[in-house]
Amino acid sequence: MHSSIYLDLLIVVPLLGALVAMLVRKVPNASFLAGLATSVLEFALSVVVFVLYNNHLKGAGTFDFLSRHVLSAPLGLAWDVGIDGISLVLIMLTTIVLPLALYGARERRHESSFVAWMLVLTAFTVGSFISHDVLEFFIFFELTLVPSYFIIAGWGGAQRARAALKFFIYTFGASAFLFIGVLYLGFLHQHQTGGALTFSDTALASTVLSHGTSVWLFLAFAVAFAVKSPIWPLHTWSPITYAEAPTGGSIQLSALLAKLGSYGLLRFAVGLFPLALVTMRPLFLTLAVIGILYGSFVACATPDLKRLVAYSSLAQMGFVTLGVMSGSVIGATGAVLLMFNHGIITIGFFLLIGFIEQRRGSYQIKDLAGLQGPAPVLAALFTVVMMASIGLPGLSGFVSEFLILIGTFATHVWWAAVATTGVIAAAAYLLWAYQRVFHGVATGPNAEIADASFAERWVMVPVVVLIVGLGVFPHPFLDQITPSVQILVHHLAAGVGK
Amino acid sequence: MTGVVIPSIHYLAILPVLIFFGAALVLLLASALVPDKVALNVSTGVTAAASLAVIVIGFFQWHYIDLHGATTSVAHAVVLDGFSVVGNVAIAAGMLLSAFVAHDWATRERIAGADFHILALASSAGALLMVQANDLIVIFLGLEILSIGLYVLVGFDRQRRSSDEGALKYFLLGGFASAIFIYGAALVYGATGSTNLSSISYFLAKNTVLHPGLLYAGGALLLIGFAFKVAAVPFHAWSPDVYEGAPTPVTGVMASIVKVGAFAALLRVLISALGTQLDTWRPILYVLIILTCVVGASLALVQRNVKRLFAYSSINQAGFMLLGVWAGTPRGIAATLFYVLTYTPVIIATFAIVTLVGGRGDMNHGIEHYRGLARRQPWLGAALTVLLLTQLGAPLTIGFYAKFTVLASVIDAGGGALALVAILSAAIAAFFYLRFALTLFADDDGEAMRIPVPPMSVIVIAVGVVVSILFGIWPGPLAAWVQHATLLFVP
Repeated sequence: MHSSIYLDLLIVVPLLGALVAMLVRKVPNASFLAGLATSVLEFALSVVVFVLYNNHLKGAGTFDFLSRHVLSAPLGLAWDVGIDGISLVLIMLTTIVLPLALYGARERRHESSFVAWMLVLTAFTVGSFISHDVLEFFIFFELTLVPSYFIIAGWGGAQRARAALKFFIYTFGASAFLFIGVLYLGFLHQHQTGGALTFSDTALASTVLSHGTSVWLFLAFAVAFAVKSPIWPLHTWSPITYAEAPTGGSIQLSALLAKLGSYGLLRFAVGLFPLALVTMRPLFLTLAVIGILYGSFVACATPDLKRLVAYSSLAQMGFVTLGVMSGSVIGATGAVLLMFNHGIITIGFFLLIGFIEQRRGSYQIKDLAGLQGPAPVLAALFTVVMMASIGLPGLSGFVSEFLILIGTFATHVWWAAVATTGVIAAAAYLLWAYQRVFHGVATGPNAEIADASFAERWVMVPVVVLIVGLGVFPHPFLDQITPSVQILVHHLAAGVGK
Repeated sequence: MTGVVIPSIHYLAILPVLIFFGAALVLLLASALVPDKVALNVSTGVTAAASLAVIVIGFFQWHYIDLHGATTSVAHAVVLDGFSVVGNVAIAAGMLLSAFVAHDWATRERIAGADFHILALASSAGALLMVQANDLIVIFLGLEILSIGLYVLVGFDRQRRSSDEGALKYFLLGGFASAIFIYGAALVYGATGSTNLSSISYFLAKNTVLHPGLLYAGGALLLIGFAFKVAAVPFHAWSPDVYEGAPTPVTGVMASIVKVGAFAALLRVLISALGTQLDTWRPILYVLIILTCVVGASLALVQRNVKRLFAYSSINQAGFMLLGVWAGTPRGIAATLFYVLTYTPVIIATFAIVTLVGGRGDMNHGIEHYRGLARRQPWLGAALTVLLLTQLGAPLTIGFYAKFTVLASVIDAGGGALALVAILSAAIAAFFYLRFALTLFADDDGEAMRIPVPPMSVIVIAVGVVVSILFGIWPGPLAAWVQHATLLFVP
């Protein structure tokens, strides 16, 4: 078992970086460099964690870096961290997103505050992924709201106030249910054991629940996660929020915070209430499929690129939900892999849209045409990202979607069959958008745009490498994810059986 | 030997009240005897010394209770228990911080003399009495002492009409509330034969009240009296006007010290005395809490005046404090106590900033006066942001654990739906707190002046922020202390 100090550092480093960024705010560029240095250090730390992680420790399931300190017994509050393969992959995603978002989507206005908020948000996101205690997870989950709100409301587009409000009300309102659910479960556990109040994930998993209670608690948890993911029909905050947020904020929201939702759904909603799945599974599979189809169809009709990505995210997250709820090891493994891949693809999309917006001052599809002529590299990069999103074999999106669909096919044939049409729809809306934006003859301002600069090309390199790399060789990730998912899904089978 | 029998008096128990009254008297006498007005430094010094003394005595009281357990004194009219020690410390800390805020305010407004401090000390003495009272009459005494000082304090700013208006409103409605309260006490006396909380509880435990109408009516009237004082909806109408009209340091006192006193007494009346009638008063409280939480949060949304905004937000907070009372369990008592204890420094620090921004004449209380504050004065802006996030209940601040404990106690007591409504109201409240915080970070239009921040206000604001963050990260000791205190609660 490794020391949990690595995980603690993963939270402390960005917080310290944020402090430094605020302290050097008077010096030009210093905050930006401090932020970048912090993010690189954070990434290095996560690589160390990735290398050290050992998934077959005795008695810990697939968890490593475990440590638990009770902070306050009456409150049941504890600092309890530990990661398994699922968290590991998402931590990697978080630390990859941060430097790319900071570097690729630089905000020059009030830069020190922006950098500080981004670092704080990263610390809280990592905190949620390493929490091995439901209350601690909830605290970090809630905390991510504060920096997100300030990033959207402070640096967003024209309708930022409305977007921030909508985002905040949806997520906070939904978390209320989660909060009640967490507390209720904690007390139920305390009354059953007669011991101290605890919210430890392992302890709460042993709570004996009736089917009815299990369903209610599952719903309370799932609502919060469904809003965050988002799952249809609780997605309505996401298009406007993604569109109005600054590029860095959109990246954080869709690449990371959305994953908090699906991660929570898998680890806590599904993990703690296996009994509820008997009745809830068809419902959530159906919602996932509706999300896939609805997202894809609306994406065809959206007038701007950011909303297009928002709706395509809805469809992609529908696949994640499908895999999570499928009850098969392969499907759930694919879902976790898709969380990572979708994160990377989304960074690619939002960065590229950000580049276009900087040049043209708009990301409305009608304002853009024929960009392929003046900007061939930009177009090529867009093509790679788009093809990965469509699920072209050989690129990362294909592997994860394929795993999800065969996993689901094994357990729930009809849902898988309908969901597959979503793959076709994705090809339709993305290719059509690509045609309108990049093909044709560029006239006016569209003809004069510059191609991707040196810096912009470099920031896209990791994205492309990950897309291609995980497309042809996903094993390093799959090897870490599968054992953890196996334990979770077998635990489910046992839970449903009893 | 005949004549009046003096009951045994345990001076340690009533020392805090005596100190505050004593300090008020000293300042009063000094004002009368000194030819000129008493220097502000002297009155602030005396008030601070008295407050510190009460806090120090808290340690001795705590030690005594640890050794001997909780006791009653003065013919069982006054309690010395862990609960009252925590309440006393909260009030003394509130008084200390308020004295500092008032000092800078009085300096700015060029108000000499000890008037503010005398009245505030007397009021706080009333609050201390309410915290320790074990008799409806003593509670009433405390309530009246607390209120009479405040009626004057609210109208203290003779330059502004709204101050007069606030004072009159507070006086009329407060007097009305007191009358209702004492009528309730009389009815409860009629039903149970005693005004002593322990005796009432004993009577109700031993006897079945066959015709409980009198008792119910009395209890309801007592509850209404308290609801007026803590500004629970629908008895809240006075609070926005009074909060707005009162000089800002006084508003801080009203939002902190008054709440501690009123909630301590409410807990004693409902749980100590009428604990056996839990099933009767719970539904009433249920409705009261839902109204208080939702109306407070919703009306705060549309406020453009910061003091009115905090008036409505503190109505919402009062709803949360009531949650622990509703639970009626030791966990609930501890939760409400924890809530008022931690709310006190935070709200006083908030009003310290509002006092500063108010500027000379105490007039600049529009939201627009806060535009870009954090850009001009980053430390002040950051402090206010932290305080707002605390009231919002954001994690990593003490406000989160305050909300956490009350909600936990309610869920533990089987009130899941109530907790859900409360927390959804917190979502509404969160919105206006955040919107306010965002105003602080708006772009500066370059017209506004820097706000001077005198040293004493710095201390108060720093205390509020440090308490919020320090115990927000590490709530263990404070939570354990409050829980321990509640175990020493005289039933």
